[in-house]
Amino acid sequence: MAEEVLQEMKPLFCELYGNPSSMHTFGGQIGRRIHKAREQVAALIGCGPSEIIFTSCGTESDNTAIKGALAAYPNKRKIITTRVEHPAVLAVCREQENHGYTVVELGVDDKGRLDLAQLEKEVDDDTALVTIMYANNETGVVFPIDKIAELVIGRGVVFHTDAVQAVGKIALDLSNSNIDLLSISGHKLHGPKGVGVLYVRKGTRLAPFMLGGHQEAGRRAGTENVPGIVGLGKACELAAENIVQENERVGSLRDKLESAILQKCPDSRLNGDKENRLPNTTNISFEYIEGEAILLMLDKFGICASSGSACTSGSLEPSHVLRAMGVPFTAAHGSIRFSLSRYNSEEEVDYTIEKMPEIVNKLRKLSPFVAK
Amino acid sequence: MWEYTDKVKEHFFNPRNVGEIEQPDGIGEVGSLACGDALKLTFKLDQDGRIRDAKFKTFGCASAIATSSVLTEMLKGMTVEEAAKVTNRDIADYLGGLPEQKMHCSVMGREALEAAIENYRTGGRKKRKLEGKVVCNCFGVTEREIERVIRENNLTTVEEVTNYCKAGGGCGGCKGEIEKIIERLQGDKAKEVFAAAPRKGGRLTNIQKIQLIQRTINEQIRPALRAHGGDIELIDVEGDKAMVAFRGMCAQCRLTEFTMKDVVEAKLREFVSEEIIVEEEGESAQVPHEHRE
Repeated sequence: MAEEVLQEMKPLFCELYGNPSSMHTFGGQIGRRIHKAREQVAALIGCGPSEIIFTSCGTESDNTAIKGALAAYPNKRKIITTRVEHPAVLAVCREQENHGYTVVELGVDDKGRLDLAQLEKEVDDDTALVTIMYANNETGVVFPIDKIAELVIGRGVVFHTDAVQAVGKIALDLSNSNIDLLSISGHKLHGPKGVGVLYVRKGTRLAPFMLGGHQEAGRRAGTENVPGIVGLGKACELAAENIVQENERVGSLRDKLESAILQKCPDSRLNGDKENRLPNTTNISFEYIEGEAILLMLDKFGICASSGSACTSGSLEPSHVLRAMGVPFTAAHGSIRFSLSRYNSEEEVDYTIEKMPEIVNKLRKLSPFVAK
Repeated sequence: MWEYTDKVKEHFFNPRNVGEIEQPDGIGEVGSLACGDALKLTFKLDQDGRIRDAKFKTFGCASAIATSSVLTEMLKGMTVEEAAKVTNRDIADYLGGLPEQKMHCSVMGREALEAAIENYRTGGRKKRKLEGKVVCNCFGVTEREIERVIRENNLTTVEEVTNYCKAGGGCGGCKGEIEKIIERLQGDKAKEVFAAAPRKGGRLTNIQKIQLIQRTINEQIRPALRAHGGDIELIDVEGDKAMVAFRGMCAQCRLTEFTMKDVVEAKLREFVSEEIIVEEEGESAQVPHEHRE
């Protein structure tokens, strides 16, 4: 989390503990802070403050969007999504199958790209909702969301996008877009955990998910997480200031890390579309070795990364995203994702470049699939 | 990150006896790249018939590597008869325990050891062969292997069985069968864990039957197809006849000896009614399902 965000949040735990719903002075002070945060978020994504609903996390935003849109159009029974969504979307959609919905999961090609013609073919009069992520959390691949929104919106469909990975890394302007619903998570842009946003375009019909209070204009009941909301507002302000820098500086650090690793480690491959990608993410597979083992070795050197391997997730099957892309099991088990941010330095990148071949070689020496 | 004991970490970061013994007395191989872990174990005996040297090569996570390393240490000095008695528990205990979800690593160690001993005794195949009925198609686990981990580790839930031998950890289509094996072996000790499984009812009304068919497809059949890139849709139910359509592809499906229709029919008969007949909708029946090993 950004230091500036923490400073902004601190007073709200003690001196400014009022409940924004209260009539007294304490409450009023807080109400103004929330209003400011709403404006900060709106400024980052180019929408009106009244189009912002604060939630408890990205997952709640996704749940609200999907269930709320379906409930608002009870006569339509079809949902279109993709096979590479985050579980916060995929599991919610699949659950709707038990309630009589048909769920169409669009596939992706070997670079993780969607076939828009297939999407166009699937949208019909029975389709209530299309929900497609903005950028993939494992590969960083960015879908052409504005184009998709334009494509589906003329067909009387609600369009939701899980933009948890994209907001703060890609400049968005929702005033010029057909997106109806968009999810944001606080901790993905150096804000606090436990707070999220659902953008609801003015005029979009949405049944509330949380009932029992007038907060957020009745669209999300429940006492506000005031420090979280204020922190997220500050984080959005910082993201808006940093977005160009993130694109350029972080992007070039990522490119340096990626090309050096691919060059220095034989039998490694990049997963995902290089052209349309978040500037901060790289997902690389190392053949014949396993992701969790790589992570532990990296961790020993103080380097933090994540993996799409089965062992790391606690399941026995490797990443559903990599499998949807047709990445062979052999490479999916040995996949590693590095996510960079404005807080990473060139020294850290160089250090990782130095350690990575060492780790890969050490594990390959153990592997029965590598000849001596 | 997993909670590994210091001993697991120590053997992972500094594995002992890495490599392959040339002209070994016994060699055993288990696992595959597709499964996510694999182990090749070799040993050599001295004149007294004791294991003088043991080496390993392992593809897998930290606990797989630590388990292999520690196994080679344990084996040195043992006679083949003593080695044959080593259980997966012994290996896990030697490491001061493994996280539950990682117990299958200790089972892999014991399986490689068995394969190596068999290779030594019979000169037979080095690879562990699948004997008897395969229950879990995703990870190639046989009924015999499942029975064994249940007995040796006193397992009472499907989840535990998955932790110990991976069976049921892929598409989940075999969980019902695993549960039956647990019930058969453990009787009253078996815990109620598979509550999600629809129970066959007595007389069903039409609506109940249709709902049960849909639920069985959703919970028992679709996950398996999805895992392999396919999908299924229930088109209609007329009496005992269920019309279904298959979508997508079944490219990585290993059920080579069955048609999809038979698989679906078997599940519906198991969970809904013995009388169910499955028919494929005309159009989807025309498209051949490309099953590939």
